[in-house]
Amino acid sequence: MRDAYFDHQHVTVIEPASGWRMLDWRELWAYRELLWVLTARDIKVRYKQTVLGAGWAILRPFLTMVIFSVVFGQLAKMPSDGYPYPVFVYAALLPWTFFSNAINASAQSLVGSAHLVSKVYFPRLIIPLASAGAGLLDLIISTGILLLMMLWYGVGWSWNLAAAPLLLMAVVFAALGVGTLLSALTVAYRDFTHINPFLVQVWMYVTPVIFPVSLVPERWQWVLYLNPMTGLVEGFRSAFLGKPFDVVGLGVSFLVAAALFVTGITYFEKVERRFADII
Amino acid sequence: MSPYAVRVEGLHKEYAVQGDQAGTLYDLLGGLLGAARQRGRAAHAATRFQALQGVGFELKAGEVAGVIGRNGAGKSTLLKILSRITAPTRGRIEVRGRLASLLEVGTGFHPELSGRENIFLNGAILGMKRAEVTRKFDEIVDFAEVDKFVDTPVKRYSSGMYVRLAFAVAAHLETDVLLVDEVLAVGDASFQRKSLGKMSDVARGGRTVLFVSHNLAAIRNLCSRALLFEGGRLAFDGAVEGALGRYERSFGTAVGWASDARFDGPLAPSIRFDQFLCIQDAEPAAIHDPMRALRMEIRGTALRDIPVLDLKVSLFRDGLHVTSCHDTDGDVPLRQGPFVSTFDFPAGTFKPGRYSIGIGATASAGSWLWGPDVAALDFSDNTGGRPLDRNAGMLSIPYKARRLQDDAPAAAETSRVSTEGGGPP
Repeated sequence: MRDAYFDHQHVTVIEPASGWRMLDWRELWAYRELLWVLTARDIKVRYKQTVLGAGWAILRPFLTMVIFSVVFGQLAKMPSDGYPYPVFVYAALLPWTFFSNAINASAQSLVGSAHLVSKVYFPRLIIPLASAGAGLLDLIISTGILLLMMLWYGVGWSWNLAAAPLLLMAVVFAALGVGTLLSALTVAYRDFTHINPFLVQVWMYVTPVIFPVSLVPERWQWVLYLNPMTGLVEGFRSAFLGKPFDVVGLGVSFLVAAALFVTGITYFEKVERRFADII
Repeated sequence: MSPYAVRVEGLHKEYAVQGDQAGTLYDLLGGLLGAARQRGRAAHAATRFQALQGVGFELKAGEVAGVIGRNGAGKSTLLKILSRITAPTRGRIEVRGRLASLLEVGTGFHPELSGRENIFLNGAILGMKRAEVTRKFDEIVDFAEVDKFVDTPVKRYSSGMYVRLAFAVAAHLETDVLLVDEVLAVGDASFQRKSLGKMSDVARGGRTVLFVSHNLAAIRNLCSRALLFEGGRLAFDGAVEGALGRYERSFGTAVGWASDARFDGPLAPSIRFDQFLCIQDAEPAAIHDPMRALRMEIRGTALRDIPVLDLKVSLFRDGLHVTSCHDTDGDVPLRQGPFVSTFDFPAGTFKPGRYSIGIGATASAGSWLWGPDVAALDFSDNTGGRPLDRNAGMLSIPYKARRLQDDAPAAAETSRVSTEGGGPP
């Protein structure tokens, strides 16, 4: 099946960049194989380098969970809504690790692919998408470990699990949105190379990963919910640990994630034409 | 109604001279507040560079066109715009069919992956479907001559293998339009022959090709039409010989500078080049005799004291660098004021034909200037009655040779240390 996009009679028109333009979905679809190839390349390269390479992807969140459990769970006696702290924190670490890794990788992806961007044409959006996507494999493997932990501690395994794929999709969209926005901003304003890691660090502390939402006084909890990851992280806890769903919070998070996605992609498209000139 | 493959109308491309660089957060905030933008706009208005102006042409399907011109004339910018890597400032372009460009070999090659994996990666980046790459896999490996190493990481490849593989993938693309920018200039001689061969296969196969090169011989062989760019404009569009003739004429005569000679680099404002002369037997000349000694004189003025200055004259033929000659052994200062650098060449050094001249200089670390193609030297076909075969090559080198038969010299020794002509005038 030949893509009409690459057909012999297809006429491509090249014109000056106008202000705002819509994402060309057909073009993105025609290049889907490249997205796959670049994602596979990122994953392959990561795993090829060291023996522990593949292992680190799983080890890092797991070890983080262990450290947090000792420091916050045992020593600081952090409340955890009645669930064993390790499982409580790990369920949140899963979406958070994917999100933070994805946006860190995406943010630097364009600048790091300057040699590609300046030599060959393909829809530039593929670059941040590929680097965000490379973290999906790690997320899936880590989810397997979470399921094992749930068995170990005897929690979760309720009907709430059915919502997991939906939540996963929401996290991916949020990560893609923020990732593409940051990648475009990093190309346009180099300061973001320094801002991004710091932003991600701070972001974790305003997301209820280490602590439960209930720790925050009720009249201030709405502030926490402005952060889309709050609802999604709590949603993950609900899905895997069996906590009741906070539908309002989740709804707000979905909306903000969707808004971030649209903003990110739109801004990216606006700036895309100038990439080769700036990089 | 012959179908066009590429149609370009009214193409303009402008750059802000500081490079359209990334701004800083200050610019972003200032822009939001309106303040910095005012300042920025005024600054920008004064520093815009016209890379391309009013370019228009049409390529029919199956045409092979060469693109020639000095560095900075706009050739690479044109290819970048056609490849959609950068957007035009004004104008409109239509491309019928699939377009691929080779602006560099090995785009996207990853050193940790094997040759096989990189073939698929590179193919995907260039727009080939996986099935297509699989179909052509054996052909590609064959062309690149890397069969034994196809599963080793490319970081282990020699540079020759790397280049062959990269070119092999790109050369087997099935596209309607192909843009090639000097990629054939890489690799050793046998590889270049192979690539040129492949290029002519591509051309004969009916694809439309736009070929940018300084290798004028290749342009003559492959192209049926040539576009000459001068200072961002399309100066000539037509028969190859016409374009080449105009291109070579624009280099100017041996006495004096080319019409658009320019010197770039941080050192350029410190030295003014006034005259360039070539003298044989104490007479400046336009066409020179390869069989007589020649003196080159560069007359200039240093606009300030320069603690250390090394001036060089570089000779080029057909776009290839022949040699460079330096006026001192280094560590010699240049005081403010006029200077003359002379270069003396013994008789019989040069071959008939045209050499183009570049002049460069380096001062202390990082400070340099370079003027490519600032003048040209023409040598006539006077070779003292020798067979024309002796005109081959880019430059003569001093050597001694002899032939023995039955332990007795068969003929008088041949020596390139010539006894004809005189020493320096």
